[in-house]
Amino acid sequence: MKIQKKKDLLIEPLVVLNIGLESFAKDLEQQGVKVLHIDWSPPAGGDPELVNLLSKLGS
Amino acid sequence: MELIEVANKEALKRMLSADLILVDVVPAKEVIPGLDKMVVLHAGPPIEWPQMCGPMRGAVTGIAVFEGWAENLASAETMAALNSFKFFPNHHFNAVGPMTGMTTCSQPVMIIENRTFGNKAFCTINEGLGKVMRFGGNDEEVINKLHWLKEVFGPALGAAIREIGGISLKNIVARGLTMGDEMHQRNVACSGLILRTLAPALARTMVDKEQLSECLSFIGGNDQFFLNIAMAIGKAIMDPVKNIKGCSIVTAMCRNGTDFGIRISATGDEWFTAPVEMPEGLYFPGFSEADANPDMGDSTIIETIGLGGFAMGASPAVAGFVGAGVASEASAFTRKMSEITVGENPEWTIPSMDYKGVPSGIDIRLILETGLAPTINTGIAHKEPGVGQVGAGVVKAPMVCFEKALRALARSLGVI
Repeated sequence: MKIQKKKDLLIEPLVVLNIGLESFAKDLEQQGVKVLHIDWSPPAGGDPELVNLLSKLGS
Repeated sequence: MELIEVANKEALKRMLSADLILVDVVPAKEVIPGLDKMVVLHAGPPIEWPQMCGPMRGAVTGIAVFEGWAENLASAETMAALNSFKFFPNHHFNAVGPMTGMTTCSQPVMIIENRTFGNKAFCTINEGLGKVMRFGGNDEEVINKLHWLKEVFGPALGAAIREIGGISLKNIVARGLTMGDEMHQRNVACSGLILRTLAPALARTMVDKEQLSECLSFIGGNDQFFLNIAMAIGKAIMDPVKNIKGCSIVTAMCRNGTDFGIRISATGDEWFTAPVEMPEGLYFPGFSEADANPDMGDSTIIETIGLGGFAMGASPAVAGFVGAGVASEASAFTRKMSEITVGENPEWTIPSMDYKGVPSGIDIRLILETGLAPTINTGIAHKEPGVGQVGAGVVKAPMVCFEKALRALARSLGVI
């Protein structure tokens, strides 16, 4: 069963969920791949000091 | 952190329980203590003459001529450079002002009372469209308009408001939202509603019919007449939210053309500033981004209470006007702003979004968590003094302001 699904993945048209860097989604779109882009970035832009504060202040 | 959650609930409760009445229009010096001769209140966080941008300087020199402190614009500029004027933010005096935000002693100001908490907020009267001081205009035409506001329109407006015992404002905003206003770049519905309320009283209280006609035409011909009222509403709502221990809600956002400044509840009157950004938008014919001044004005108090860019979903026409995309994308702006706010306003709803309440109570923790900066609808001023508005657009509040505020919040709670 699992093997069958993997085969489908390679045969059927690819649908991509892209999280984060929008340029990845755009590159795929230019090649005709269907992409759903999720606008996401790490909390506080990934700044460790601010991430630590956010965890302490409990957002 | 439990303390912050409780504090933020209290902040939202205070915001939503505000009862807002336009009670009067009087000369600013009568209601703003300390607003003496040579004192100039400006938009945004504190700034001095050397750091001021072109339109702000243009407005300062113009207002000095209007007040009779300087003979002409050139002498006003010399006086400013010699520190003859004292500059303070409007926010330090319970006031707000659009764009350059000039408030001085003899200008008429509208008084908005928050009857739930007993505080008052002040704002000058919107000058209308075209060449105006809020965009840095300062020629004879601009100054003559200010004299007409001071000598004719302000007293007439005050008398009419007193005659009807004040105007309740929350309902007007609620109806405006259902009629396509977001109260920052579109106020055509609320301006019409206020005219409908005021016209009979103006007719009863004004003797001179020609002046009555001028006053009615002035309100009717100014789609942004309600903007300054909406701003004072924002100030009157947010001032009682200040100084709640541990509260991470934004109580003010404003810009002076050089810096963007915010305040949060927990840290009271402390400003957290960063260089202001350039709006992205559409320009009037003959102008381009090369002509634009960085963002300016206290009008971001409107976004602070969930209107303006936060209520874009109510105002698809504005999305096109400010170059923010097609009308169908307007609701996406509102949905995004819901991610950085702690609640909704059940009295101010957006029909096209299934009566969703406008996103209210901006939490700096959510801004930093999501990376979503508050979206602000704004007018764009020419960078040179005296030219005026050249476009309208959208601008983001700089993240650095919120990062500084988060550190201050942590310090206030002994976390760092």
